[in-house]
Amino acid sequence: MATTYETVSGIISDTCDIEPEKITPESHAINDLGIDSLDFLDVAFAIDKAFGIKMPLEQWTQDVNAGKVSTDEYFVLKNLCANIDKLVAEKAA
Amino acid sequence: MRLEYFQMVDRVTMLDLTQRRIAADCQVPDQSPVFEGHFPGYPILPGVLMIETMAQTGGWLVLALHRLTRMPFLMQVEKAKMRSFVAPGTALKVEAAIEHDGSGYAVVKASIAAAGKKVADAEIRYGVVPFPNDTLKAAMLDTARRVALPEDLLHGA
Repeated sequence: MATTYETVSGIISDTCDIEPEKITPESHAINDLGIDSLDFLDVAFAIDKAFGIKMPLEQWTQDVNAGKVSTDEYFVLKNLCANIDKLVAEKAA
Repeated sequence: MRLEYFQMVDRVTMLDLTQRRIAADCQVPDQSPVFEGHFPGYPILPGVLMIETMAQTGGWLVLALHRLTRMPFLMQVEKAKMRSFVAPGTALKVEAAIEHDGSGYAVVKASIAAAGKKVADAEIRYGVVPFPNDTLKAAMLDTARRVALPEDLLHGA
């Protein structure tokens, strides 16, 4: 079974046409991979479908805009994957 | 339909918020300035307006699910297929269903049929955001009444 990171990096590679070797757990989706908001919509839709969750993008955006967290918390892939794992665990609980 | 005003939906004929589905009637006008250019001597409904018709129908479904508190803006059209020409005067039946209700976005699958035959279909994605101003919100409430969206959805919007 694929890990969360393998699934997410595969989605990003396929959806945004980014070569897999350019994607690492430390990659920032926006700053490093250049994913724009429209492409991120595709990524979010694919992640929501793949994991059966609803990523709270609006809440995350509010948190970033309010200065509570940096974009790294949600857009660095290892952190994004950790957040996805949390959402999956919450859904299963 | 009043093509030149982008009024594509005439009447919502079915709305099921549990199944997250909608159906609407859209009557292509016999005459419109649009047909003068598309095309001279061979008037047909432009494919982009078929897409707009599906987007507006799905948009009413998203608006209804949010009880008209948020506005869906068209962001993306996937797998759009225009399967047949649509002539002036054609009665269209449009259906849409929620594929995914995300955080700040929604995905809808929609189709148009004429005389029981599918003439177009697409997957449509919207950004779903608070109304940017009161003017648009008031206009959408007026339009909701025109297309016969259930009145109870409009209260509290």
